[in-house]
Amino acid sequence: MKLNALKREESTGAISRFNRGAFLVEIRALIALAIIVIFFSIMSDNFLQYSNLVLMTRHVAMNAILAIGMLLVILNGGIDLSVGSIVGLSGVVAGYLMQGAPIPFTGHVAYLNIWAVLLISLLVGIFFGWLNGLLVAKLNIAPFIATLGMLYVARGFAKLITNGETFTKLDGKPSLGNTGFITTFAAKPFGVPLPIWVMILFAIVFSIILNRTAFGRWLYASGGNQRAAALTGVPVTKVNIGIYVLSGFCAAAVGVLFTADLHAAIPNMGEFSELNAIAAVVIGGTALSGGRGTIRGTLIGAFVIGFLVDGLVLIGVSVFWQETIKGAVIIVAVAVEEIQRILERRQKLKSAS
Amino acid sequence: MIKKSSIAIEAFDVNKNYGATQALKGANFRAESGKVTVLFGENGAGKSTLMKILAGIEQPTSGDIHVFGEKVSINSPADALARGITIIHQELSLCPNLSVRDNIFMGRETLKRGFMNYAHEDEVTRQVLKQLEEVIDPKTKVENLRLGLQQIVEIARALTINSKILIMDEPTSALSSTEVAVLFKVIRELKAKGVAIIYISHHLEEALEISDRAFVLRDGQIVADAVVAEIDMEWVVSNMLGRAFKGQVHKSSGYAKGRNVLEIKNATILERGTATSKLFAVEDFSLTVKASEIVSIYGLMGAGRTELMEALAGRDDFARGELLLEGNDITKLSVQERIKAGMGLVPEDRQRDGLIHQMSVGSNLSLASYMSHIKYGFVNRSTEKVEIEEVIKNVRVKTSGHNMPIESLSGGNQQKVVLGRMLLTNPKILLLDEPTRGIDVGAKGEIFDLLRERAEKGLAILFVTSEISEAMNWSDRIVVMSRGHIIGIYNPNDVTREDIMSAAEGTKEGELV
Repeated sequence: MKLNALKREESTGAISRFNRGAFLVEIRALIALAIIVIFFSIMSDNFLQYSNLVLMTRHVAMNAILAIGMLLVILNGGIDLSVGSIVGLSGVVAGYLMQGAPIPFTGHVAYLNIWAVLLISLLVGIFFGWLNGLLVAKLNIAPFIATLGMLYVARGFAKLITNGETFTKLDGKPSLGNTGFITTFAAKPFGVPLPIWVMILFAIVFSIILNRTAFGRWLYASGGNQRAAALTGVPVTKVNIGIYVLSGFCAAAVGVLFTADLHAAIPNMGEFSELNAIAAVVIGGTALSGGRGTIRGTLIGAFVIGFLVDGLVLIGVSVFWQETIKGAVIIVAVAVEEIQRILERRQKLKSAS
Repeated sequence: MIKKSSIAIEAFDVNKNYGATQALKGANFRAESGKVTVLFGENGAGKSTLMKILAGIEQPTSGDIHVFGEKVSINSPADALARGITIIHQELSLCPNLSVRDNIFMGRETLKRGFMNYAHEDEVTRQVLKQLEEVIDPKTKVENLRLGLQQIVEIARALTINSKILIMDEPTSALSSTEVAVLFKVIRELKAKGVAIIYISHHLEEALEISDRAFVLRDGQIVADAVVAEIDMEWVVSNMLGRAFKGQVHKSSGYAKGRNVLEIKNATILERGTATSKLFAVEDFSLTVKASEIVSIYGLMGAGRTELMEALAGRDDFARGELLLEGNDITKLSVQERIKAGMGLVPEDRQRDGLIHQMSVGSNLSLASYMSHIKYGFVNRSTEKVEIEEVIKNVRVKTSGHNMPIESLSGGNQQKVVLGRMLLTNPKILLLDEPTRGIDVGAKGEIFDLLRERAEKGLAILFVTSEISEAMNWSDRIVVMSRGHIIGIYNPNDVTREDIMSAAEGTKEGELV
């Protein structure tokens, strides 16, 4: 009995110590963010100005929305390289529909209401995400390969639709009832750009999905130990498809916002943005092996990347150095976690002997 | 006579083939409601296979399953669950990154207006843990619990399902004796409620204490069944091992043992899977292996033998203690450095840790000794080939050529390749973890003959086994481990299988030889 009491004490000790560990991972990203803010506010008087903060946060928001979708995929142990291309494709689809879509064999041209345009653009993202999910979950293709393929396929479609050009006539005509694309999707409610509102909305909704729904728990479960999850009746295949659908949906939303923001649908939109999204997720303390990570951490990660890049631009660092520094920050952020783990293990062995 | 209606689940003539191996050969088994049915059998007898079939994880090659008198096919774990069958897995099926509560309700989430009903789940979790007399916060992550408590969580999950048939595959391997007593109390409560319980354990006495009816599985067949009140340990052991058992005996042929090759001093190893636990998987383990000596380590699941082997191989650290190879301290050396210093390692899982599946038989063989054929930065293919062909002959690998893919070999021959590869590095000591797992009897004998030959030439050998017959027939000394400690070191000429078995259960103190 005495032995048992001892063991109990130990398990509660484990809890408090663990929480400290989890806290350290998040605080690490926050410290990085604080250093970036302090450094750039010293280097440039403009950095902390309201207008600059809003501008930078708008950039952050686009990446953060992608990163939220990416987080779901990475939590499950996957990766989605196709999101940048889906941004381009859904943006181009929106632009195409705003120009007027010819209906085959009829000679008529369809001009859709902007909400119908939004819906179809989002469905494009959902469809490509669903394809990713089928490839990964049903055909057992490695997520890296399946989504790499989709990266090219989606980008190719975007270029086919525009024939390599850019769609700029997004205003619509009052007589056609399709005006307001830019004024609606690049609106600034209460003086704050729409992408920031969308980021906040998505962060809240996806936090609820992750923490309060069965789907969220299935996701953490199958990311933590897929075999165990399957053995206990978690529908791992459905979960696997669902996350790619949600990731595609997030990417499509960014596509529409981006197009409105630029006042043009450019087929190259969102190129390489999948890599920024992955970086944000990883800096936010999410393990690429799955099962561990939070929306909060991912948002902090997106702010680290966004503020760093914009700050470097602001103080006039050359483009080449910007990339080098960004890369170094990503590596350091992850290396710190590993070093922390090694130190903890050493501590553990020392306390045992 | 058993009343027909009381039989909860019954298996008729169940066969299960994995490729060419027959895991089950016409097994007949049944369990009654309100009774505990125990299934005995040595490792590899087919116990887990039979349980996996009853739980819907595997499908039988042929044969029928009846649940409550109705012929059914159980196609998935979800299917089994729907029929009221729950299994507590031998290997824990928990998500380490989730909390205790989340693991208990995994796949059966309770919802309130579409959202998770955490309050309810916490409450149920607290209740079931109280029933098991454990104080664990439902929000504790499973990875922060020691192995024993993880097993409790696995049991707690099964208890919350309220199933009619509960399969427990080695539920006590990591539990303390107090925890076992609590589990037994719970099992009796379940019995009273009419649940059919199927119990599997290597701890024979424990199993006999709790069960009502016993079945013995040997080589894929049920060879005996009886009411527990009418049998004893001897009945179980003799049926498990087979009365007509005759093993080949290749005991030490009297040649002199040499100097000390490997000295393990007070090895203490932390339990794995726990972030901050100070519990030890192995504590104060000391052993010396001499040149020309074959020493075996026998123990039940959870005895700490795997952890010991991992640490000896250098994949885990000693928390305390030291390791000497011919007098030199190698405690701090990495796996590669240990191999270089003269320690050969043959891993337990040859598919995962032993073979490079894309490479040929020859390339797999020369993998460890490859560097010795490099001259001026290039591999000398001709000397490599000579060496490979020599070792193929020496370890008797049956292959039509060294260029054949490694996948073309049988399990026994693949194991010989892994072994041959290590012998090419000219080790002073060879560590083998379950060297004959999943290979047929003939190949087993060949592998041990090979080891004996090498031992006569001076090689020291330390191997871990979960088969008593291997330890009895092939080693000079048997080290029996239980719960992280050495229970006794025996001379195989002076002990019986029964002695070893009861020592491994920790019920009998052995003499040191």
